[in-house]
Parts: sequence; structure tokens; C-alpha cells
Amino acid sequence: MYIPNSNEKRKAITIFLLPSIIGVIGFCLLPILASAVFSLMDYDLLMPMNTMKFVGLENYTRILNGKELPAVIKHTFTYLVLYLPMILLTSVGEALILNKSFKGRGVFKTICYTPVITSWVAAAVVWQWVLNGKYGLLNQMLSMIGITGPAWLNSKQWAMPGIVIAAIWKDTGYYALMVLAALKSIDKTCYEAAEIDGASGFKKLTAITLPLISPTLFLLIVINIIYGLQVFDSVLIMTNGGPGGATTVFLERIYKYAFKQYKMGIASAYSWILFALILIFTAIQFKLQRKWVNYDV
Amino acid sequence: MKKTIALLLVLLMVLVQGLPVLAEPVTITYAHFSGSGAQEETLKKMIEVFEEKNPDIKVDLQITGFQDYFIKLATTVGGGNAPDVFEMNMENYLSYMLRDACADLTGLVNTENYSAGTLEAVSSDGKLYAVPMSFSTCILIYNKALFDEAGIAYPNDEWTWADIQTAAEAIKALGDDIWGVFQPITYNEFYKSVKGNGGSLLNEDYTAFTANSPENIAVLEAMLKRVRGENHVQPTAEEMAGRGDWDMFTEGKLGMIITGIWAFPTFTEKCDFDWDIVVEPGYDKKSTFFFANVNCVSPSSEKKEAAAKFADAMGSDPDIVQLRLDASWELPTIADQSKLTQYLEVTPPANRSAVFDSMDYAAAPPALKEAGAASEIINDVLSTLEMNDVSAEEALNDIQSQLDDADLL
Repeated sequence: MYIPNSNEKRKAITIFLLPSIIGVIGFCLLPILASAVFSLMDYDLLMPMNTMKFVGLENYTRILNGKELPAVIKHTFTYLVLYLPMILLTSVGEALILNKSFKGRGVFKTICYTPVITSWVAAAVVWQWVLNGKYGLLNQMLSMIGITGPAWLNSKQWAMPGIVIAAIWKDTGYYALMVLAALKSIDKTCYEAAEIDGASGFKKLTAITLPLISPTLFLLIVINIIYGLQVFDSVLIMTNGGPGGATTVFLERIYKYAFKQYKMGIASAYSWILFALILIFTAIQFKLQRKWVNYDV
Repeated sequence: MKKTIALLLVLLMVLVQGLPVLAEPVTITYAHFSGSGAQEETLKKMIEVFEEKNPDIKVDLQITGFQDYFIKLATTVGGGNAPDVFEMNMENYLSYMLRDACADLTGLVNTENYSAGTLEAVSSDGKLYAVPMSFSTCILIYNKALFDEAGIAYPNDEWTWADIQTAAEAIKALGDDIWGVFQPITYNEFYKSVKGNGGSLLNEDYTAFTANSPENIAVLEAMLKRVRGENHVQPTAEEMAGRGDWDMFTEGKLGMIITGIWAFPTFTEKCDFDWDIVVEPGYDKKSTFFFANVNCVSPSSEKKEAAAKFADAMGSDPDIVQLRLDASWELPTIADQSKLTQYLEVTPPANRSAVFDSMDYAAAPPALKEAGAASEIINDVLSTLEMNDVSAEEALNDIQSQLDDADLL
């Protein structure tokens, strides 16, 4: 870190940093600290602050002993298990296509990236229509190849896969761009050397491309697990946790406890449990990465 | 001389203190949801009428759609920025009132202008916590053409759910995508229906849940019979496939539907067949919804009197009531029923008086501080029942144990 010796400079830097530091303290750090305190309280949003009561770890024990948490964890992990391999596959695939030069590449790139800049609210409404059991576009297409599609968002088994399909459509463009940047940085001579040795296209992909973009793939896995554990807007708009609680996830619970049931204490405790989970997962991944991520080039 | 000076000084003091009041009107904030969309213009006219009659009070209107309204309101209340006056529906009013989030308005409102039933709904221990503004209810709407096609008699006010089931089966037989009846299997419909069978969700003194009583089980069994089995008469969510219940009715695919009187304008516009209404059927006896929108004043408001005056005017000022009637915007909660004749003259439906008859059987929602949590537990279980074969008794036992565990009383 660069720390200038002259007081003048230090003052100037402090002044420039102040607005964002105040923002971070006011809108991030303080609320985080407050939520830690609230998680130990019986705090009803509609009641005056002075009626707040200290209850120790009761909020945590209630969540951890309840029947809801296992269901929430199961749904969140179903989302992750379906989403993660799919997003890796589609984003690497899309990046490999974009890495080639062909006619209409610019148009293709734009089409791929458009979902990323679309708001989830608009996208989710369109996907509700696409996934409609009777009139939806997806089931129409499936019926052309003789498959009777499920009722997707109205069905307990298919609601989460439906959300995942929409999420893949929405997110692929963004991660493909990250993979594309990694592909561009691979030294061409590696491929030339492989060709001289007579390597096939598939061999080049598995022996050169994938190992050399492994740091990016690792990054994708880490951030997608973190984001996946926090899946929210798509669930809230497309299924609102239903049908019959089949798509309840962490953030949806936190939001409902806080703003529908006014139980700020429980909602805060839920947030900290989620934080612990994310921390554990990220730590495990950093441990495991030594086995497969290649930082050599 | 001294006396004159003293008198002048007193006069001056009075003037100085009085002046700002004369010069600057009080501004009160009003949060509102029911007028968002179609009735926004009517609402603005109502406020204009009030401001004309009360030049010393200005109203800062904040309209939010129903979907986001209660979240926004809870956030402002929690953050200590509650609006001076806020609109509430009955369920949320109760959970706010029980949390002391509604000011005591006793003595600030001319109660004789309101019908006794609505006043009772917003009073507790002899104190008034809100001012009634409008009400609505649910009725049974039926498609006359489908009844004619099936060759059966139209429903009447004497019908019970057993009669509905028989008629629904006859209508279902008319076609694959023709259905007999639609009543959502939800918390609201459930608490209402069980009251018509002598059941309830809680015991009388609110010390225990009674979700799995035999009366409640019988009602849920009847509800489930409609969506289960080979010849079920009510479409499931999968069979509706994203179509709303109103869409299915206006498309002529539903024989009967339990829905709100706010469906009248849409059904009048969209249905190309004859339809009419009756008071909704019961099991043992009848039981109907009473939906009311009321105005509450925030306990932290510094302009309580102006706020109460405005809330009072919104409920009973004759010109504001007339605007509501002209716009067919629900019904005013006034004591003078003669003003409501205007409402009865509009058709369809021909049997509009069933709307008022419904009021005789009104069942209020459970006055529970944690009503939101209870309704979520109940809805979560109820909404899965058309997809599995869990019996009514098992489902209600499950609900009962979840309610007991949740510590809501």
C-alpha cells in the first residue's frame, strides 16, 4: 500500500476517500453490526425501538432446531447443483464460440449479452410466460419433439429447475465474457506447439485451454456459489417461494421474516447463519483449489 | 395607561402566536393503496374536496400499489417516519393495532356517521383505533349459460356447499376444460368457511389454536374433494396453467366462482354470457368475508387532530362519499343506508342486493398479532394439497403442530 509521507498529500487523499468511506460505514458496516445485535433481540419492526428485548441465542436456536432450515438448505442446494455445472458449461461454450472469428459475431455477442443488462423483474415476468404449462413457449417447443412438458412453476418438482433455466439464460452472457477474456490471454504458441505434436481439437481443449483458464473457472465457481446461496429476485418474482414452499431459499426467508412478519430478530439471525454457510463454503473451495487450479502461466 | 399597554401587549402576543397558524396550513402525509390504478383520479378529487373545505390543512398524498404498500409502510413505521394518516385493510389493521401502531382516535371522530358494525370492527376495549372508509365482500357469481346448458336450476341464497357440489358435477360433465366451481384453497377462504361449519382457527379466548377440530376437517375434506379424484369439479393450478380464475370465468369455462364484488366491472365488460350473483353458500350456516379499508393515524404524528379530521372526512363527508358512489369504488361505510340505493340500480348483476345480504353473515379475520405468520404456515400446507394425497386430517394435524411450535399466541 502506498502511504505518502507529506501531510498535505495524506489530507488530500483522506478528503477524496471520505465520501465513499462514509457510505461504506453508514450503509454497510453499521447495518452489519446492527444486524448482529438485532439477531440477539426480540425486535418487532412495527413496535417502538424501546420495546426491544434481549433474548440471547434464542433466535438462532429456533432457526437451527426448526423444520424450515433443512428445507431451505435443500432448495438452495438444489438450485446450486443444477445451476453451477450448467452455467460453467454454457459460459465456456459461448466463450469458445465468441473466440472464433465468423460472420455476425458482433450480433451474436450482443444477443448473448442482452439478458445480462435486462432487469430480473422484466425477465422473470417473461419467463413466467415462457414456462407456462399450457401455453408457454418452452412446452410448445417440447411438444414439437413429442415431449409433454411439466407445469414448471406450478409443479413442486419442476419449479426450481424452471428458475434455473431462466437464471442460465440471464447469466451466461456475463460469465462468458469473463471466460472470453481468459481465452484471449492464452499464448497462441501453446496451440502451435500442440499442433506440431499432432494434438486433436478435443485434446487441445482439455490439455491446454481448460487448464490455462482454470483460475477464471475457479473464480466463476467461487462467485457463483456465493451468489447462488443468495438467490433471491428470480425466486421472489417467479414463484414467491411456492408452490407450497417448494422454492423457499435463504434471502426469501430473510425478506419475509423482516418485512412480512416484522420479525427483525429472526431475520437478522438468518442472515448470520447464511454468512457462516458462505464462509465455510468459500474456505473449503480455497483449500480444494490447490488440487486443480493452475496459476503457472 | 398601564392597563392599556398591558392590554395591547396581550393582544400583540395573541396575534403573533395566531399569525403563523393563519398564514401556513398544516401539511399531513397520507399513505394509500386502494386507489392506485383505476381510482387514482377519484381519490385526488376527494382530497381536493377536503382541502377546499379545510383550507388550513394540506394533504400530501403518497400512493403505492397493493403489492408493495405494506412493505413500504412497515419500513417507514420501523424507521420512525410513519405517515400521519395511512390506509389499512382489515387483516393488517389488526396486526398494527395489536402492536400499538395505530393512535387512539376516541373523541376525535364523529362516530354517529358510521354504521355500527364497521365501528365495532375498528374498536377495542371501547377505544376507536381507525376510521372506517369503505367495504366490500365476496359473493358467488355464476354463469347462467352453463347452468342452462346443463339443464339445472340456478343457485339461490338457500344453497349449501352440498348443492354447489351437485351442480358443479353437472357442469363439469359438459366438457374437458369446463369446470364446476372455483374457490381458492387458502387461509382466507379456510378461516371463513370453517366458521360456517361451527369451527374456527382459535379457541374463544385466543389461548390455543384449534386448527384440527372435526368441524374444520369436514370443511377441508369438502374443499379437497373439489380438486382431487378423477371427476374433480375445480381446476388445479396445473390445470389452470397460469390462467387466472377471473380469466377462466370470463372465457365461459367456470360455472361458479367465489370472488369479490370488485369483479363486477371486469365481468360486465368481458363476459358475453348472462351471469348473476347470490350470497355465498355455507356448510352448516352461512359465513362471508367482511373486507374493509380503514384509515389509521400514526401514534407518533404531531398533527393528530388534523389527521383525524381528514380520516373522518374520507369516511363520511357527504361529497366525498358521493364521489365514491359515483365511481363505484367499493362501498362507503356510512350509517345512512339510503344513500346506497344508487349502487343497487346498476346491472349486471341483477341480484345486486345479495351484496348487502352478505353483510349479515360477515366473519372477521382472527385478531392475531402474528396473523401474517399464521397465514403463511396455513397457506404453505394448503397450497400443496391439490398436488399430493395427504388427507384433510393429516394436513390439519400438521398445521396444528406447526402453529403450536411457532409460538404465535
